[in-house]
Amino acid sequence: MESTASWLRVCRLDDIPVLGARVLEMAGADNIALFRTAGDRVFAMVDRCPHKGGPLSQGIVAGDSVTCPLHGWNIALASGEACAPDVGCARKFPVRIDGDEVWLSLDATARSEA
Amino acid sequence: MKKPRLVVVGNGMAGARTLEELLKLVPDMYDITVFGAEPHPNYNRILLSPVLAGEQAFDDIVLNSLAWYAEHGIRLHLGKEVSRIDRVRRRVIAADGTEAEYDRLLIATGSLPIVLPVPGKDLKGVIGYRDIHDTQAMIDTAKVKRHAVVIGGGLLGLEAANGLKQRGMEVTVVHLAGWLLERQLDPVAGQLLEKSLTERGLKFRLNTATQELIGNEQGEVTAVRFSDGSEEPADLVVMAVGIRPNIQLAQASGIHCARGIVVNDSLQTFDPRVYAVGECVSHRGIAYGLVAPLFEQAKVCANHLANYGIGIYSGSVSSTKLKVTGIDLFSAGNFMGGDGSEEIVLSDPAGGVYKKLVIKDDRLIGACLYGDTNDGGWYFKLLKDGSRIDDRRDQLMFGEKALGDSGTAGQNRASAMTDRDEVCGCNGVCKGTIVKAINEQGLFTVDEVKKQTKAASSCGSCTGLVEQILMNCLGSNFQETPKTKAVCACTDHSHGDVRKAIREHRLYTHAAAYAFLEWRTPNGCATCRPAINYYLLSTWPREAVDDPQSRFINERAHANIQKDGTFSVIPQMKGGVTNAGELRRIADVADKYAVPMLKVTGGQRIDLLGIKKEDLVDVWKDLGMNSGHAYGKSIRTVKTCVGSEFCRFGTQNSTQMGIDLETMLANMWSPHKVKLAVSGCPRNCAESGIKDVGIIAVDSGWEIHIGGNGGIKTEVARFLVKVKTSDEVREYTGAFLQLYREEAYYLDRTVHYIARVGMDYIVQRVVEDAANRKALFERLLYALEGLPDPWAARIAGARPREFQPLRIPATLVDAEA
Ligand code: SRM
Ligand SMILES: Cc1cc2nc3c(=O)[nH]c(=O)nc-3n(C[C@H](O)[C@H](O)[C@H](O)COP(=O)(O)OP(=O)(O)OC[C@H]3O[C@@H](n4cnc5c(N)ncnc54)[C@H](O)[C@@H]3O)c2cc1C
Ligand code: SF4
Ligand code: FES
Repeated sequence: MESTASWLRVCRLDDIPVLGARVLEMAGADNIALFRTAGDRVFAMVDRCPHKGGPLSQGIVAGDSVTCPLHGWNIALASGEACAPDVGCARKFPVRIDGDEVWLSLDATARSEA
Repeated sequence: MKKPRLVVVGNGMAGARTLEELLKLVPDMYDITVFGAEPHPNYNRILLSPVLAGEQAFDDIVLNSLAWYAEHGIRLHLGKEVSRIDRVRRRVIAADGTEAEYDRLLIATGSLPIVLPVPGKDLKGVIGYRDIHDTQAMIDTAKVKRHAVVIGGGLLGLEAANGLKQRGMEVTVVHLAGWLLERQLDPVAGQLLEKSLTERGLKFRLNTATQELIGNEQGEVTAVRFSDGSEEPADLVVMAVGIRPNIQLAQASGIHCARGIVVNDSLQTFDPRVYAVGECVSHRGIAYGLVAPLFEQAKVCANHLANYGIGIYSGSVSSTKLKVTGIDLFSAGNFMGGDGSEEIVLSDPAGGVYKKLVIKDDRLIGACLYGDTNDGGWYFKLLKDGSRIDDRRDQLMFGEKALGDSGTAGQNRASAMTDRDEVCGCNGVCKGTIVKAINEQGLFTVDEVKKQTKAASSCGSCTGLVEQILMNCLGSNFQETPKTKAVCACTDHSHGDVRKAIREHRLYTHAAAYAFLEWRTPNGCATCRPAINYYLLSTWPREAVDDPQSRFINERAHANIQKDGTFSVIPQMKGGVTNAGELRRIADVADKYAVPMLKVTGGQRIDLLGIKKEDLVDVWKDLGMNSGHAYGKSIRTVKTCVGSEFCRFGTQNSTQMGIDLETMLANMWSPHKVKLAVSGCPRNCAESGIKDVGIIAVDSGWEIHIGGNGGIKTEVARFLVKVKTSDEVREYTGAFLQLYREEAYYLDRTVHYIARVGMDYIVQRVVEDAANRKALFERLLYALEGLPDPWAARIAGARPREFQPLRIPATLVDAEA
């Protein structure tokens, strides 16, 4: 992985399946899930469902959301928010796509440009 | 020969029902003439309240259309009131002079609202509540006037008051007794009811007698004066203080009457040519005022009119329900208690729930429920049957559910009912009739069931039960809002539509299916995608390409996800048979990967629980065993017993049969999971009775049972066929499972599928039609041929990224985070 300023290059776009996810293992911190939509947009959020900590990376991605594999909460990829009627939010991280490279910023407060 | 003539006076619910019953028995026996004083065909009087409340239209409540009368050749005189019966010359004469001669006469004139004999009772704006004319008058008045007073806080009065309130009037209910519905409820429940109706804006004056109705110069009512001298303004006064049997006509023609027209147990009056049914009747001293007993009368009466002469009407126990949307109350029998009876009471006034059960001599004799009436039907059955309840007295209050063990004995009330148990008390429809109609006529919604069986078409209090039955028959295909039996919110199409389109329009891909069926979402959702994926694969086994992203994680990773995100690994052990080598390897894997738990499963396999996802492929490699498919909508286990090789009772080699079946079905996808079992004799140690396909060896061959289920709701498998050879076992089993694979909806277990299409259909397709059986079996083998074991495919390197995480070195994380 290379880094420039606060951005890390994490993988190539094609390493993430369309309508699927990859897990980014963070030694010593919560894993991050990287999702890819049908339109090749990539989103990153902490791989813990706001409900009971289910691994969101293992869910089914459809449209702009992912369905948690444990109890079926739907989480909006863009905001990390659970869809109504459920309430909760998974922390999300900014992602940038540069050519076929996926870049991630671990600074959760920065604005995503993706 | 000339047909005997039957004349019916009164075209209401009891009269028309008697004709329906009669025509069912003897469609052509009589030349029938009907006189009805109302200018309408027979309608459902019970549903006047929803019409008043604006919840239904008059057209919705017509029971027998004009076409129905025409179809059955019935001469119908509408708007003609019979004024005289000439019993000597056997003819009836209507007010307008129309005459009809009879050989047999049926009187069904219903009853009349009681009008209080107070001054002003004849003023304009003072009405009863009996027919559509009254109802329309109330609707019209509500449009232009403000104040309504309803006299009488009984069922009818409260339904009228509620409807008028819904129509925007200010309504006061005047009631003589100290609490509402004093004939249906005890004081506590009556007060709860008063509270919730008050919250809806109704006003009440209990313990109050009406003294006089006051009018203006135009002769219109303007106020009601009570015995304490106070007054209440009123533009409309509804008298709902009771009904009296309408016997005027019968009495005038010399037919013996008491309170009602007196009939015997075959609904015959003192004149043997004249029968009577309905509210106008007095049977063993009782005049009924609810439809259920009247419909029972109609059945018996029809039987006698048809000259069958075997029905006996011996009276009815009735239960009541108030039809005010959102208020649940139920009462039956002697709910006031007293006189040597005991009571069990549950009272939660804050929660709006109150239940009282009255018991005498170890039997339930009365029940009064408010707020939670789910068990009303069950109590009513105990009460009617006079069942002893001493063995379950302590559970009685908690309802039928409390009797099962954690609900397994019957997930809901409908499933616990036998085919002969009554679901709809009003129309006397049994569960079996409904199930049959659902299966044979492919019904999906409560409305369809109403139309076809009449269940839930009268007072509607059994609607919930009918829904449960639909749910049981249709399985996961049933949706609470039955009209939208769509796959999910992405579409309006049903599972059936989707399957059909995929087959008929040769759709091979998700994209093609979504485009053709005009899906609302670009790529479906977590509900429809797995279903579509299955339909594509099962319809086009070679043409369609599996889409892993449309599979639930368990199927994508060939292992069960656990609550902590790790997985469980269950290797294949065909028929539950293993050997020392496999056990040794399992033990070694358990050591090497520090497996937290090793467990024998309920399906005769060994489970390694708590495996990290990234270790899965290595674990499978080290095990050197095939996938046990414990994770998929797919073939699961084939359980076996010891069988003839070792067991002293075994009649066939059940173990080998199980192994052969599991080999044949390896890697099979299906609408839901499929479990088999093979037992070596009827002692059935492999529990074949609760499997999707359960095979039981007998001396002369094998019995095949299908549609069992041991899960959420235990269902016993049903006998399909008995065969001689193991080849036949494979063929019949394969053919049935292929039929299920091709026709069942996604997430239907075999039991749900069979409930939908009917067992007769399966027998016809799989047993009777040999050519079809062979074709089905061939299609199954074709679909399964060459399918790789999923674990082996992963070990060989397929889709590695599913299992490999990306990594960021710890140093970087520390530096950046
Ligand atoms: C492992 C096992 C329990 C055990 O330790 O024994 C098991 C475990 C699970 N069962 Fe089961 N079932 C197991 C035997 C059964 C049995 C008994 C049997 O197969 O003889 C039944 C009743 C028989 C039947 O299915 O008719 C059974 C009826 C269910 C049901 C209810 C199915 C139904 O149609 O009513 C579910 C829920 C579902 O599938 O939707 C379920 C679902 C599950 C799931 C997959 C829940 C889930 O979605 O995560 C469990 C996974 C636990 C885990 O963390 O791995 N399990 N489950 C058994 C594996 C058997 C095997 O070797 O393959
Ligand atoms: C608003 C309302 C709500 C109700 N709710 C319920 C409920 O929830 N549950 C329940 O079980 N019951 C309920 N009932 C009672 C139920 O409707 C009656 O029990 C049932 O309709 C009685 O049937 P019947 O045939 O005896 O009388 P009706 O249905 O009244 O039929 C009698 C018919 O005969 C006609 N007729 C009378 N005299 C003559 C004559 N001389 N010549 C020709 N025609 C004549 C009348 O016009 C009438 O059409 C309700 C009734 C009303 C009014
Ligand atoms: S019964 Fe089955 S689904 Fe329920 S906890 Fe046990 S293994 Fe899990
Ligand atoms: S942990 Fe995600 S839905 Fe429960």
